[in-house]
Amino acid sequence: MSEKAAAASKSFFTPFNVVAGIIVIIGLILTALRFTGGLAAVTNLSDYNPWGIWIGFDLLVGVALAAGGFVTSAAVYLFGMKRYHSAVRPAILTGFLGYALVVLALNYDVGRPWRLPYPFVIQQGTTSVLFEVAACVALYLAVLFIEFSPAALEWLGLRKARRIVVKLTLLLTIFGVVLSTLHQSSLGALFLIAPSKLHPLWYSPYIPIYFFITSIIAGLSMVIFESTLSYRYLSHKMDETHLKEKNDVTLGFGKAASYVLAGYFAIKVIGISAGNHWHLLGTSYGLWFLVELFGFVALPCFLYAVGVRDKNLKLIRWTAVLALLGIILNRFNVCLIAFNWHLPSSERYFPHWMEIGISVFIVTIGVIFYKFIVTRMPILYKHPEYSDSH
Amino acid sequence: MSISRRKFLGWMGAAGLGTAFGSPAHAAANKHFKGYPESLGVLFDNMLCIGCRNCEAGCNKVNELPPPDRPFDDLTVLSKKRRTNTKVFTVVNRYDHFKGIKNPLFRKIQCNHCLEPACASACFVRAFTKTKEGPVTYDPSVCVGCRYCMIACPFEIPTYEYDEPLTPRIRKCTMCQPRIIDGKLPGCVEICPTEALSFGKRGDLIKIARERIKKYPDRYVDHIYGEHEMGGTSWLYLSGVPFKELAMREDLGVTPAPELTAGALSAVPMVAGLWPVLLTGLYAVSKRKEKIAKIEQQQAIASTLEKANAEAESKLSKALAKAQKEKAAAISKEVKKALEEAKKTQEKEGS
Repeated sequence: MSEKAAAASKSFFTPFNVVAGIIVIIGLILTALRFTGGLAAVTNLSDYNPWGIWIGFDLLVGVALAAGGFVTSAAVYLFGMKRYHSAVRPAILTGFLGYALVVLALNYDVGRPWRLPYPFVIQQGTTSVLFEVAACVALYLAVLFIEFSPAALEWLGLRKARRIVVKLTLLLTIFGVVLSTLHQSSLGALFLIAPSKLHPLWYSPYIPIYFFITSIIAGLSMVIFESTLSYRYLSHKMDETHLKEKNDVTLGFGKAASYVLAGYFAIKVIGISAGNHWHLLGTSYGLWFLVELFGFVALPCFLYAVGVRDKNLKLIRWTAVLALLGIILNRFNVCLIAFNWHLPSSERYFPHWMEIGISVFIVTIGVIFYKFIVTRMPILYKHPEYSDSH
Repeated sequence: MSISRRKFLGWMGAAGLGTAFGSPAHAAANKHFKGYPESLGVLFDNMLCIGCRNCEAGCNKVNELPPPDRPFDDLTVLSKKRRTNTKVFTVVNRYDHFKGIKNPLFRKIQCNHCLEPACASACFVRAFTKTKEGPVTYDPSVCVGCRYCMIACPFEIPTYEYDEPLTPRIRKCTMCQPRIIDGKLPGCVEICPTEALSFGKRGDLIKIARERIKKYPDRYVDHIYGEHEMGGTSWLYLSGVPFKELAMREDLGVTPAPELTAGALSAVPMVAGLWPVLLTGLYAVSKRKEKIAKIEQQQAIASTLEKANAEAESKLSKALAKAQKEKAAAISKEVKKALEEAKKTQEKEGS
């Protein structure tokens, strides 16, 4: 809000503000409907389809796309790839906002959001994969907040606090990678309990590993995608180092993504082989599976490789978009499209426009916060008084 | 036993003790949980069911559910495939036209009260309990409303109050747990006029079912549905036609739901224990590489400097030597000159 107040002296009605403002107003109305009329008032959920796009998109896709934080910080602080240092802060910020929005979205989806701490403080259902997801997401959100805090502390001029936090970098990075490994994979493990509902081409004992590996692809691609957008709209906020390293980041992350996609393609084929599901590839679900596997795994793998070989940054950037669409498609397949495949079409789920509206509203909040923070805090540039850091 | 094992598994996961004890999923693999001894169940025999909907009415009454959309004596609803919902804990559906059977057959749907329930295993706040009497009960006072139980249940039984904005609950058959404790029959069993429903100890019900199959082998399919499905259920079914034809799934397998996720959960303490070691190791390797690179760089600089110094020195000393030589030559030349001059003057003076 203070952003708007500051901008009021100039022109308040920029295209961004107008569009974001309209979405926020609609979102607030839908929020009121959700918390007065219940889920039935705004969603198409049913007793057969208890999870819709608030889980399929907001939770599963949201957490995967927020993986850039752990991927980038691990590359730079653990594996010593210092040339990507300027990518760390934007990635951590995106991760932090991503997880914060996931938790916000869960408040719409669960029946009694104020009870979200119950699994920790009242009764621990430790046999549940969801317990592990909840514990790791809660802890990781805290980790991301601390990892992000130096930027805010520099902005606020709190030197002492900043110095303490910066000293924790290595510890926090390791903790972040452990937590990410656990909950990224556990989001896939959630579906292990329902072999009779998820189509066998997507149901696999390897599904936790699939989810973890795809989160790395999502994290790498998201860093490329986000840096492209930032450069386009916020390049005036970038310092020389950031501008100089930007193309290196795109090339390096594109290369890594190509490799990981190749490995992922291999383990997907191994999964089909292990389950002996070859005969299912000829069915309509099989064709859809092949579209995902070749169009959104093999193709981005190939295009990333070509882009890196030719140093074609434009191709790499568009490939990142393709790879991200592939992640979204995969999560939708597991949670919505190939889930409940045994039911007649009349019992299947399709999202209500108001569900989509809430999801758009939540993404918009993320963009507004990102813009607010990036235009104020040292994210895309180094604070001149703290240039000594790392 | 099941509960304690699942608890055990959970505690190990939570405390990260898995490293010390190994995977509980494997530890339990050579033991087969057959349910609480003496636990109760219900046997439904569709060759005895006449589709009167009395069980629906009885359930509605004892659970104090809202009045039905169509009165319970209206039997036309049977032909429509219905399911349970928040206001209906049990329904009966009719299936017509079977070869060799004149009458239609009926299927009763309600919670099957699994021996190792998927809902209880999936609940992250332990809202579900498999009681030692047999029923799987639900505690709305802790439920968060995440609906993972509905995802997990292979029989699609839990239903959710989607129209409740702030206090939605899961609703499902309780097998009349409060009545059972009081020594009464479940509502549906008590009202059934034909003994299509038999209530008793699960072990006895299985014996009764076997007896009926043995006595009337032409009448029944040789399978007791629920004896092993998903690790076994407290509700058991006998049928005159394959269960598939009554839309009961025959592809569920015999693995109890908790075992489906036990492997993934047992990996958690392993990752938590080993990842920090691996990552610290990778960090140390990259740090050491960096350090060695730095040392090598310094050494290279030092050696180049040394070389340059040595070269410079030798050049200097050469120059010095040359200069000295030149100086010496110059001196000797001067001396010579002076001597010669002295000689000359001497000669001059002498002459």
